[in-house]
Amino acid sequence: MTKILLFMVSCILTNNFIFSRFLGCCPFLGVSRKVETAASMGLAVTFVMGIASFVTWFVYNLILVPLNIEYLQTGAFILVIASLVQVVEMFIKKVSQPLYRALGIYLPLITTNCAVLGVAVLNVNEGYGLGYSVMNGVFGALGFTLAIVLMAGVTERLETSKIPQALKGFPITLISASLMAIAFLGFGGLA
Amino acid sequence: MAKNKSLGAIIKNGLLDENPTFRLVLGTCPTLAVTTSAINGVGMGLAATFVLVFSNLVISLLRNLIPDNVRIPSFIVVISTFVTMVEMFMHAYLPDLFEALGLFIPLIVVNCIILARAEAFASKNGPIASICDGLGMGLGFTAALTLIGSIRELIGNGSVFGFRIMTAGYEPMLLILMPAGGFLMFGLILGAINAITAKASEKKEGTD
Repeated sequence: MTKILLFMVSCILTNNFIFSRFLGCCPFLGVSRKVETAASMGLAVTFVMGIASFVTWFVYNLILVPLNIEYLQTGAFILVIASLVQVVEMFIKKVSQPLYRALGIYLPLITTNCAVLGVAVLNVNEGYGLGYSVMNGVFGALGFTLAIVLMAGVTERLETSKIPQALKGFPITLISASLMAIAFLGFGGLA
Repeated sequence: MAKNKSLGAIIKNGLLDENPTFRLVLGTCPTLAVTTSAINGVGMGLAATFVLVFSNLVISLLRNLIPDNVRIPSFIVVISTFVTMVEMFMHAYLPDLFEALGLFIPLIVVNCIILARAEAFASKNGPIASICDGLGMGLGFTAALTLIGSIRELIGNGSVFGFRIMTAGYEPMLLILMPAGGFLMFGLILGAINAITAKASEKKEGTD
């Protein structure tokens, strides 16, 4: 139990996908403008990353390894993820209209979110079993959600503050992200 | 638009006017993650350039054969083929670089620059123009990563490309090599480039 709890903390805080692994920076820097939309985006990513970790584990261990074609990993994973995102989108559209309206526009973007492919490759590299792979996906994505929600809060403030002309837009976002990353360094001793 | 543009102009476009890192701010993940040293920046940039040039070429050749509604998955298959080739090549011949870049080599597949160029340029233009576009964009990306890598290595380690530049008494600033430093340096360099281009365009308007 403690082991799982520690793993959780390390996924969300110490090995945060954005602040220590640099995965999923594009949506982090580009999309998060409002706290609510950032939260929906995070939810969509969590959903897809959980399922992607689950499915890619089977793809790797039941298809690629027995056939000795591990080198096709990258191509196989990205295809699985792309079709998965498509299926999830259709499924949500059928089952829950409100959820679809909240997540809809973000779903296609998730295919090119490197955190999703990143977590699948990481699971293989670290040799995680099925349980740990899924946990890595879900909690890693929650860490990602935490980061983009925090960032959205900061950018909301930044819009009304006085910023030097040259630093407007991306530069100031990156500098704020740097300060947040320093804060996250403080979690280093936890797990 | 590309029909009346010379090939040189297409390359220059990627290198300067639409530099993927500093102008379009695409592909930020590898930009932040691998630029802890100049050599890593060069390695990552060249790997991405190779993939860009060849995926642009193949996609441009196939652009009339690929049905419109499955184009994105088709592009991804083409791109992932070249990424796998780069991955195997680096694993075999450049094991140190392979180790240093790690996860970010397979992640070239989802680098937004490559998919964006496939969608915006290669699927609409001929093969030779597409090669030039891939080359320009790739070299622009390489130049940007090398610049950021050199500055971070200089401040964080006192050297550039492994050659010691700072004097022996220099206390390296380790923070710059950490993730936080990556965000900070990229932000500051981007700001500096904005300031320089703003100055330059002001001057141009003055002389006109």
